[in-house]
Amino acid sequence: MAAINRDDVAHLAQLAHIEMSDDELDRMATELAVIVDSVKSVSEAAGDDVPATSHPIPLTNVMREDVVGHVLTVDEALSGAPDSADGRFKVPAILEES
Amino acid sequence: MHVDTILSFDEAMEKYDPVLGFEVHVELNTKTKMFSSAPNAFGDAPNTNVNEVCLGLPGVLPVVNKKAVESSILIGLALNCKIAPHSTFARKQYFYPDTPKNFQTSQYDDPICYDGWIDIELEDGTVFHVEIERAHMEEDAGKLTHMGGSTGRIQGADFSLVDYNRSGVPLVEIVTKTIEGAGSRAPELAKAYVAAIREIVKNLGVSEAKMEHGNVRCDANVSLRPHGREKFGTRTETKNVNSLRAVENAVKFEIQRHAAVLDSGVAITQETRHWHEDTKSTTSGRPKSDADDYRYFPEPDLVPIVTTPEWVEELRSRLPEPPAERRKRLQADWGYTDLEFRDVVNAGLMDEIEETVAAGASAAAARKWWMGEIARRAKLADVDPAALGVSPAVVVEIEKLIASGAINDKLARKVLDGVLEGEGTPAEVVAKRGLAVVSDDGALQTAIDEALAAQPDVAEKIRGGKVQAVGAIVGGVMKVTRGQADAGRVRELILKTLGVEG
Amino acid sequence: MTANELIRSSAAEMAAKLAAGEITSVELVQAHLDRIAAVDHGERGVNAFLYVNTEEALAVAADVDARRAAGEELHELAGVPIAIKDLIVTKGQPTTAGSKILEGWMSPYDATVIKKIRAARMPMLGKTNLDEFAMGSSTEHSAYGPTRNPWDLDRIPGGSGGGSAAAVAAFEAPLALGTDTGGSIRQPGAVTGTVGVKPTYGAVSRYGAIAMASSLDQIGPVSRTVLDSALLQEVIGGHDPQDSTSLTDASTGLAAAARLGNVKGMKIGIIKELHGEGYQTGVENRFNESLELLRGAGAEIVEVSCPNFGYALGAYYLIMPSEASSNLAKFDGVRFGARTLPTEGPLTIERVMGATRAAGFGDEVKRRIILGTYALSAGYYDAYYGSAQKVRTLIQRDFAAAFEQVDVLISPTSPVTAFKLGEKLDDPLAMYLNDVATIPANMAGVPGLTLPGGLADEDGLPVGIQLLAPAREDARLYRVGAVLESLLEAQWGGPILDQAPALASTAAEEAN
Repeated sequence: MAAINRDDVAHLAQLAHIEMSDDELDRMATELAVIVDSVKSVSEAAGDDVPATSHPIPLTNVMREDVVGHVLTVDEALSGAPDSADGRFKVPAILEES
Repeated sequence: MHVDTILSFDEAMEKYDPVLGFEVHVELNTKTKMFSSAPNAFGDAPNTNVNEVCLGLPGVLPVVNKKAVESSILIGLALNCKIAPHSTFARKQYFYPDTPKNFQTSQYDDPICYDGWIDIELEDGTVFHVEIERAHMEEDAGKLTHMGGSTGRIQGADFSLVDYNRSGVPLVEIVTKTIEGAGSRAPELAKAYVAAIREIVKNLGVSEAKMEHGNVRCDANVSLRPHGREKFGTRTETKNVNSLRAVENAVKFEIQRHAAVLDSGVAITQETRHWHEDTKSTTSGRPKSDADDYRYFPEPDLVPIVTTPEWVEELRSRLPEPPAERRKRLQADWGYTDLEFRDVVNAGLMDEIEETVAAGASAAAARKWWMGEIARRAKLADVDPAALGVSPAVVVEIEKLIASGAINDKLARKVLDGVLEGEGTPAEVVAKRGLAVVSDDGALQTAIDEALAAQPDVAEKIRGGKVQAVGAIVGGVMKVTRGQADAGRVRELILKTLGVEG
Repeated sequence: MTANELIRSSAAEMAAKLAAGEITSVELVQAHLDRIAAVDHGERGVNAFLYVNTEEALAVAADVDARRAAGEELHELAGVPIAIKDLIVTKGQPTTAGSKILEGWMSPYDATVIKKIRAARMPMLGKTNLDEFAMGSSTEHSAYGPTRNPWDLDRIPGGSGGGSAAAVAAFEAPLALGTDTGGSIRQPGAVTGTVGVKPTYGAVSRYGAIAMASSLDQIGPVSRTVLDSALLQEVIGGHDPQDSTSLTDASTGLAAAARLGNVKGMKIGIIKELHGEGYQTGVENRFNESLELLRGAGAEIVEVSCPNFGYALGAYYLIMPSEASSNLAKFDGVRFGARTLPTEGPLTIERVMGATRAAGFGDEVKRRIILGTYALSAGYYDAYYGSAQKVRTLIQRDFAAAFEQVDVLISPTSPVTAFKLGEKLDDPLAMYLNDVATIPANMAGVPGLTLPGGLADEDGLPVGIQLLAPAREDARLYRVGAVLESLLEAQWGGPILDQAPALASTAAEEAN
């Protein structure tokens, strides 16, 4: 299994949308390398014949009827928003000025 | 702005063979959202159809809408798909402000429907067999409005506003296998394919199927390869093409653009393209940094959907007649020519005529009214004929009034006007407007006598045997009775008055 | 009875006194508010509470008193106060998850367990401290400062639910809610000398618990006695249609099991892999004493092997961060919580999200998000997440085989007693090892209980004994736990917390 390096961490931080300074990237790469090393035995533990378990207790077909339930008021919906306008959530521009 | 050079379509076709693929998103018309009990409704004030689940607030959990699952299975069955006995949800992860959890709950490894097909008939009767790879369940995103800047587009906007009413609306994404062999019919096939999907989901009653509301949205994949080569070229995916004409145009444009790029010796960039209705062209979408790594994994907050044969068969029994078969049956029943029937289909009046015939009108009369007077008035009002406000019952009643001799065709048009102006049923309009044919011979005789007296020379000619001159007197009588007389009866009475054989 | 004696009673005793009219709920709540004011704040305070819900708690208490006076039939625990781990959303009280990114956020909805607490008319004293987003084993990863262990204020109270455990151990609350993803209820219980239970996965609704790892998280009771936890689980348990993983089983018979009082003929299995090497001597000694007591009470003690438990920690540290990286994606400064703007460069939403998450998340959260993103990323999924899911199957098989031989399993809860604040902060791996005995239960979804097993010889700090039962057999934990508890307390001559040092009031310190 490949070791995790600084460039990997930089890419992962970008995927995860967490800005990181150079120092942070270095530190994170060192720490993660140790952690990844310690968990690598997992990939050798189970053979191909072992099925994966995604849910600890197997349930199926948990569904609800198509009946309208409660809604939040606009004020409630926006109550925690860092910024809003005209009953909507306000966010900075999606793209850079080009 | 950069403008792409394109090759003419004919030249592109001479050199290259197009390969297509479509991802059509269908919004289901359930009462509630896919994973929350907030209302699924179009056009309401922003953020009024949301609860904590579709806003993705901390701590919330999804619960699957059973109706949405059943609608998805119905779509799969109508597309001749297999229904997965065991189907799971997965998270597709990417950050975007219209996606509240910054992942979309979708399906990945085991979609609810897979391996289907649909035969697409083009206008000239050519049939293309399109294979369906999968139809899976997922949820819609919210709506971003880009503010500031000059264009209202994402480029140059100062900020954006987000409305999450659409967030969590149930979607079924229908993905085709690659479609080869369409050749120069590719744009036409694209349009016909999307039209067929729209018709199927509308016919199933599982979607409002209005492209203008985004209920049916198409992403079109296009690639070109030189004739004779097996290997596919690099594809582009044109997003959110939101009308049938746009689907046709977008595919055509991309074929022409690809051909020009390839001709210049440059490789096609695998990317998302955006269709612009105003310029009838596509532009490069921003290459998304997350695009190649969605980090799918099984949704731990939802459990698998297990479909029993009994459940699937119960749903199959609810399937309506497939649209193509229905069209064949109706044309045969109604005895329309191919041309007549195609006009009816293109006018979107098949349902109305079917209902009108079912309510008691002849197929010919139903077509005459819907394709004639009603379509003409709808055009003037700039609405769909079906939306004009004339019900099949009105057409049937007008037809009955004509058949009974109570009104004639000319009066019938006035009756229609009255109905449209809200004056009531056809019979009520006839009564209120006094439109009944004048059948009282006494009243007619007075009018005839007056007309003959007013035109003594014409009366003389008729007496002298020039029976064809009777038209002038009939016209006079009709004028006096404001058209409310039966012209045949008037003619009969004039000749009788003048003692001439008709 | 003095206020000091009152707050040292068990919840069941408080409930009995309320029912008998010997005390009022207002008195009871006020006694706890006074205790919180006395020991929780200031530099040497326990810091178990992030928010104290004074007004509402007293209002609910007064309402209960009025209803009781009017002869209304009330829930058994009506009027008995409770503290809520601040990972569980509450209307009217802030919910922070121990993170800066949620500072000041007020939930517009209540978690299902909170609705049940309200329905039972239990006054909520406030929200308790935790490692940020429940990620940690010491509560040192809280953005609002660490909680201190009432046994030794220089030591950790365990984590992530150190606040709930410390609040109960320091008599600031008789009951608390915790959440347990890899041991966050049980390990704090062990190191603070309290009781905590992770119910069967799905036995208690997760709706409104801010998710760390959805397939592992479970809300459960925190208390000073086994019976109190049973009573509380009966309040919060049961089916919830808003949680698709919620079981339909009724949440009954738990207190009855705790009151049963015998273990004669029960088979109890020692997990070979969960004691011995790596376990502190004092922990091992107390564990062996508990086995002797159970044997003396007529239980049969056998040893079982769960060979795949050795992979549990590794698999856990793949599954948990993977799910967490996804669950925490929603914290982006768009819909709720704090927003941080980048200090330089263009102001796009992408960069604002990046800056918000950089400023809002602490190091441990970032570490786990990056690890999880890695484990799920293209090319690594099969080797990491996929393999970990298979290990999960192996662990379930180990449990299934073990439970064919025995009724319950037993192990130390934590390999070590409470360590010093700061001791393992720079060594994530050493921190993760604290959960080695608690993680298998989360991986398999089975219930687990911790109760105090005495004090370690070498440091005089509490040791926890863990009991594990098959899924849906939570009642067995309460039955065996209550028997062991009474045998141990008979030896000690009272509850273990009687041996904890008295806490000096910090109220004066704070006033300065």
